[in-house]
Order: sequence, then C-alpha cells, then structure tokens
Amino acid sequence: MHRFMRGFRHRFWPEGKQGTLAWMRAGQSGVVVEIRGGHGLVSRLSALGIRPGKRITKVSSMLMRGPVTVQVDNAQLAIGFRMAMDVIVELD
Amino acid sequence: MKILLMGNPNVGKSVIFSRLTGVRVIASNYPGTTVGYSRGYMKLGEEMAEVIDVPGTYTLEPTSEAEEIASEMLNTGDIVINVVDATNLERNLNLTLQLLERNIPMVVALNMWDDTTHRGIRIDLDKLRELLGVPVIPTVAVTGQGIKEMVDNIPRAFSPDVSPRSSDERWATIGSIIDQVQQVTHRHHTWLERLGDASVTPITGGIIALAILVGAFLLIRLIGESLIGYVLDPLFENLWTPVMLRLSDLLGNTGLLHNILIGKLIGGEVNFVESLGLLTTGLYVPFAMVLPYILSFYLILGLLEDVGYLPRLAILMDTIMHRLGLHGYAIIPSMLGMGCNVPAVLATRILESKRERFIAATLISIAIPCAALQAMIFGLVGEHGGQYVAIVYGTLFLVWVILGIIINRFARGFSPELLIEVPPYRLPPWRTVLQKLWMRASGFLKEAIPIILGAVLIINLLYFLGVFDAIADFTAPVITGLLGLPKEAVTAIVIGFLRKDVAMGMLAPLSLSPEQLVVGSVVLAMFFPCIATFVVLLRELGIVNMIKSTGIMIVSALLVGGLLNLILL
Repeated sequence: MHRFMRGFRHRFWPEGKQGTLAWMRAGQSGVVVEIRGGHGLVSRLSALGIRPGKRITKVSSMLMRGPVTVQVDNAQLAIGFRMAMDVIVELD
Repeated sequence: MKILLMGNPNVGKSVIFSRLTGVRVIASNYPGTTVGYSRGYMKLGEEMAEVIDVPGTYTLEPTSEAEEIASEMLNTGDIVINVVDATNLERNLNLTLQLLERNIPMVVALNMWDDTTHRGIRIDLDKLRELLGVPVIPTVAVTGQGIKEMVDNIPRAFSPDVSPRSSDERWATIGSIIDQVQQVTHRHHTWLERLGDASVTPITGGIIALAILVGAFLLIRLIGESLIGYVLDPLFENLWTPVMLRLSDLLGNTGLLHNILIGKLIGGEVNFVESLGLLTTGLYVPFAMVLPYILSFYLILGLLEDVGYLPRLAILMDTIMHRLGLHGYAIIPSMLGMGCNVPAVLATRILESKRERFIAATLISIAIPCAALQAMIFGLVGEHGGQYVAIVYGTLFLVWVILGIIINRFARGFSPELLIEVPPYRLPPWRTVLQKLWMRASGFLKEAIPIILGAVLIINLLYFLGVFDAIADFTAPVITGLLGLPKEAVTAIVIGFLRKDVAMGMLAPLSLSPEQLVVGSVVLAMFFPCIATFVVLLRELGIVNMIKSTGIMIVSALLVGGLLNLILL
C-alpha cells in the first residue's frame, strides 16, 4: 500500500479494527500503529524494522504462546509472544 | 590506518572481511556468530591497513551488549566500510545514517546486489550516492563481485557534514530516501521462501524439523563411523601398531618410560583404548575417536547454519525448551549428544548466554548417553528384555527434564525472550562451509590434543602408582552399599572415565541381575563423562563451571542410582 494511503486510512478510519500482533492469524496483514512498551523495546523493535506505520504480515505462530514469526519488508523476524502482545496492529 | 567493517547482522560482513584480509574467519547465517571481533590486515596502495570486523548491529543506540561494543569501537577507527543488505535497504539505512552522524569517513558496500533482481527491487545507485554523499558500491560478497571496486574507493571515503538527528527525524529522512531511490515490484514467492514459511508453521514445521534432525543425525554417524572404520582405524592398526610394538621391544616391554609412552601391553598387544600410553591412547583418542566426529559434526552443522535452518528450529522448539531454562537452539546439541557427547558439548556454543550453555552442557553430559554406550546398553540390558532398556531410557529422560527444571530454578541469570532475525534459506556456499570446517577442526586439534595428552599422562601415572586401586578400594563400600553393585563394578565406573562402552563391557562378566544392570547402565551414563567429553566440557565451561557441573553429575548419579537400587532391588 502506498505511504499516502496508509496516512489516509489512519486519519479517516481511526476506529479501524485493531489487535495485537500476538493474536493475529497467520497470513493476516496490517499496519503497526503502536508499540506499547518501554523505550528499550520500542528502539529494539524499530531497529529491526517494526515501528508505527510499517506494514507487517504474520507468517506463523507457535502453539502455547510460542514465538511469532512476521514479515516486514524483505526480512522475517521471530518475536517472543509477550513482546508480540505489545505490538498493536491495525488489520486490513 | 584502521578500517572498520560495520553493518547489520546477516549482511555478509564477515565474508567481505575474509575477502579483504584473506584471513579465514567464520561467517554464517544465524544471528550472533561474530562474537567478539576479528582483526586482519590488507594492502592499501603502499601501506598496510588494519581491518576490523565489528559485531553486527542494527543500531548505534546501545540496546544490547554487541551494540555498545560496536559504538565504542567506532571511536577507534579512521574509515568505516558500511556493509548494507541491498534487499533490506530501509532497515539498513538506519545504521548508515547513524554512522554518518558520527562524522567518520565512510564507504557503503551495497551487498547482496544480485538478490535485488530476484526480489523485484530496483535501486537508483546515482541517486543514493547523491543523497548519502558517500561512495556506494554494489557488491556480491560470496562471488567477490564489486570487492575490487570497493577497495579502490576506500581512499575516496568521505564524511559529509551531518548533524545528529532524533530517531523520528532519522526515520523520516530514511522514508524520503527510500521513496526516491527504491522501486519494488510485486513478485511471486520462490520455493525456498515457501519452504521457509512452512518450516516455522507448527505442523509442517514439525515434520520438516523431524526429517532434518533425523537426517543430520544419521549423516553425522555415517560420516564419522566411515572415517573411523575405513580410514583411521586401519591407519592405526596397520601402520602405527607395528611401530609401537617395535618401540615396545626397544624399551624392554616394561618400565616407567615404557608405561608412559606405550602404556600397558594387554595380552602382549597394544590396545589403543586401554594401554594408556602417550603414543598409543594419547594419539588414538583425539585422532581416531574424536576427530572423525568433529569433522562430520561440523560439516553438517555448518551446512545447517549456512542454509539458514537453525533459527527456524529455535523458533519451533523455543516454548518447550524454555521450561528447562534453555533456548530453542538447545535442542540441536541435545540431539547430537545421542551420537557423541563431544560434538554435543561443542555445539552448546550456538547458545547465546553462559547460563544456557552451562545448563545444556550439564544436561547433555549427565542424561544423554552417547551412541557407543547406547549400543552396549541395548546389547547387555536388552538381553533381559526390552522393559529394562525402557527403564534406563525413561530414567535418563526424567533426569533430563527434572534436572533441567531444577538447574533453571537455581542458576543465576535469566533466559531472555526470543527476538531474532530469520534469514532467508540460501543454497549452501561450499567455499565458506569448507573454510569453516577447516577452521573448527584445526582449532579442536590445536586446543584439545595437549589437554588429552596431559590427561592420559596423569591417568597413566596414577595407575602406575596404584592410586586408582586405592580409589577403587576407598569407594567400594559406598558403591556397593548405595548402589547394590558388586565391588568389582567400581573399576568399570573408574574406567568409564576413559570410555563408556568399554566400561559397560566390564560389567558383562560380573553376572549381574537385570536390575543391577539397569542401575549400572544409568550410573555409568550419568556419572563422569568420558575423557574426551571431560576435555571439551573443561574447555567450553571453564574450570569453575566444570567443577559445578561435575558436582551436579556425581550427586545426581549417586542419588538416582541409589533410588533405582531402592525401587528395583
């Protein structure tokens, strides 16, 4: 999706369905809106490419609150479940 | 002049380093390999320049130890070569801009340039050069493409005057750069990417993991045993034995010097396992018993690393292994321990924290019997019925789980939550796989042989002085009383330090009951590690943790053996 459209959606559909990365279904995509965590977590995740405004696709998650695998741009990342709970995504 | 190679993890920095310096370094696919840093020299015009391979970092804001080190090392350099993954330009530019803000002359190597085409990425190089204000050279480290051009551009390294930005400002700048230089077209997933996704999905991932682990295990055993059976054993038997027998005659078949060099003759023959001479057992153990497994193990591990499978297995196993205080990665060494504990303990290196390495290595050397011992357990215990073998394995598995939970509770430190990059699957680059194998095998020989020779010498002297007999007599009442084994079994446990399968064999003529055999097998498996494992444990854990680990071993072996004795006998 184009950068402009992302801003557009955010501005005009603020009530758009949001959820945490941890609870997204495999294959579901969305745009990161917020990282609810301390400065440390925010800067670690953003350095890896997960930050507000980024398009993110969930690849899979392991059973029993195991790590969550996501695709951001051309990179795949695995994130512990508790961290994934702190990443708020606006779903497509 | 000091040149710093800096960049994100998994961008091929270490491969560029080895191309520049010609020094063989380990370069692989999973995060955290470039522990510490490598240093080398390259010729730049007339002078020699020092090149430093700085640990991979995503940012200069210190969010981890590696980043702190990288940030500190930056202050010591004259020029930075910033290695950038061209297929992940946006994320990589974050570090690039931070480096530019530190005002140090810089060249950008736009690596993995060949991958951009398959991924439908088009980068406007001239525009990128203009926006960054430094030379940008596309490179393909694995093939060497663009490296010469990059070296030619080092004198042109430049530091545009950039003032520090806030992180929001920086991301905004990156966004504008990306909009101007990069075009991404849609493309279909390749089969490697589909396989990659399937590997981290619970059901398909489980099947793939099982296939890969079983395959790896079988291959390691096959290669290791073939090397022993077809190459090294024949070499020792046919070439070395006559030399040793001749030397033995020259030394008069007896005496202190004979005992130290050749060891005891068993039935008038040299026995490479039991003779205990420096030139017999001292050479046979490292070269013919351990080295073949080192080679086969590291070949397979190197392949799994460079193909990019290990991070996926870690994801798959993470939840389960965390209950034992272990990282997901720990499943690999644990599985390998069933072949031989030596490569298994060596493999605990793939774990990040010292604490995890300690737990994994301790659990392996206590609760995971090597293949040689397992073969003997099947032969001797299995004779009396499969249920006894099942008791041995069930006990060891329970020990593995319970001990893991206990050590997890008491060991200091904590195991951090998973946050790793999962690199794409790549076909193995044979050059780096073989280079790495050579590095690791020669490293093992250099470090382990002196220790093994020293250990053999000491054991030999203790035998000669009769100290072992004294130890056996001293421990006999404990072993007999606590474990319910006959006094003679003590020597088997002592010999277990050298070789567990031989020790197991020494239980055979004692006509033990099946229950006693179960106790004997479990105690042998859990008690002291064999000499080769002992050496790598010492090397990997350090002396203090080695003592702790050994303490846990002895206590738990006696405890479990005693319990089994109470329940079974």
